Amino acid sequence: MTAPLVAVLDYGIGNLSSAQKALVRVGADARLTRDAGLVVDADGVVLPGVGAFGACMDALRGAGLESVVHAAVESSRPFLGICVGMQMLFDGSDEDPSHSGLGLIPGRVTAIPDTVRRPQMQWNELCVRAADSLFAGLPATPWVYFVHSYAARPADPSVVVATCDYGSELTAVVRRGNVVATQFHPEKSATDGLAILGNFVNSCRSTR
Amino acid sequence: MNVARVIPCLDVTNGRVVTGVTFVGLRDAGDPVELAARYDAEGADELVFLDITASSDNRRTTIDMVERVANEVFIPFTVGGGIRTLEDARSMLRAGADKVSVNTSAVQRPELISEIAAEFGVQCCVCAVDAKRRVDGRGWEVFLHGGRTPTGIDAIEWVADAVRRGAGEILLTSMDRDGTREGFDIALTRAVCDAVNVPVIASGGVGTLRHLVEGVTLGGASGVLAASIFHFGEHTVAEAKAAMSGAGVRVRPA
Repeated sequence: MTAPLVAVLDYGIGNLSSAQKALVRVGADARLTRDAGLVVDADGVVLPGVGAFGACMDALRGAGLESVVHAAVESSRPFLGICVGMQMLFDGSDEDPSHSGLGLIPGRVTAIPDTVRRPQMQWNELCVRAADSLFAGLPATPWVYFVHSYAARPADPSVVVATCDYGSELTAVVRRGNVVATQFHPEKSATDGLAILGNFVNSCRSTR
Repeated sequence: MNVARVIPCLDVTNGRVVTGVTFVGLRDAGDPVELAARYDAEGADELVFLDITASSDNRRTTIDMVERVANEVFIPFTVGGGIRTLEDARSMLRAGADKVSVNTSAVQRPELISEIAAEFGVQCCVCAVDAKRRVDGRGWEVFLHGGRTPTGIDAIEWVADAVRRGAGEILLTSMDRDGTREGFDIALTRAVCDAVNVPVIASGGVGTLRHLVEGVTLGGASGVLAASIFHFGEHTVAEAKAAMSGAGVRVRPA
């Protein structure tokens, strides 16, 4: 069986290679790219992201990838957003209110209440709210690594498939059709994280 | 809910992990990738690599090491030592580090913190602070160059300033306790945790597993960093976590 081609969108911000390296580890032919042609050929697409919402949106648009993301999502191939790559899927973020998001999942990204230390920079247990192929074969409460000061508030609560508890209940994973997104970093979440990425890669296999 | 992190610290020079109380007595302790993989398997939550020589001519070696670690180990890791410019930070993050820690250079030019935070986000920017209790007992003073150079700067004020400028985490080392195995400086840790709302990692002085517990329960730290108790095989990370869990500190199971 050939390795599924996974395009990891490279818009030149921070450490995006970790996601690519971890996807390779779990059996994908994962490539960091901003080449629209390669993204069209890919079996699955990953939108990683670190840093500030506005800076990421600027960089994504500057790299000419906004329309590429929309096309990939509309193609109904598996699409995974990670961390700020998840937040960018929403309409906008209170971190940078002047920047619009990609508008692929209705809702906004808001600050974690300051009754707790921010960023949430720690491992935390997932509370899985709805069965999802992303969690196939994982323990009932997977442990994953979070780094964020903002969290998504989807307009439609039914898109939330997992949460975590950090002072309040925070959105950890959302799913809308072929689009799945994690607030945590699966590529930095050891065994459970690699299993989650492995499940995503498997979903890319079945698109062929 | 807070989940405390256990963070082994690896001193590196020329791409190798070294151990030793002084620079003169350095001993080769192995390959960074192998050690990192071992700590990952034991349940380490993060790793910190400190380039203790960090001369500009071995920068390339350190970047290669970071790349090799990032290819093999899928937990977060920080690289510190000799990050003097935004370009230094950029090269470490591009090579696969999740965070960089700045110390001396940030005290000398605090804008470095804001520059790193602006380009890569506050979550990438760790401010490492080496603090020593003042002789008159009134607070703590920041020291530079691995604890050799006094600055006259109040540690609590500096930490608060660093966070205002964009540091997303504080790596706090007590120079009084470092290497003593007498436990963290709890008063210092508590004072820093009270002064800022970002995570604080306690470092310096760990000799027993009980000390790790106290860093969290008494000091208020979000994570605890230790080197020698792990490197010399006295304790595994899994034992550390079991001790913390047994004392009621929430940790990720090893």
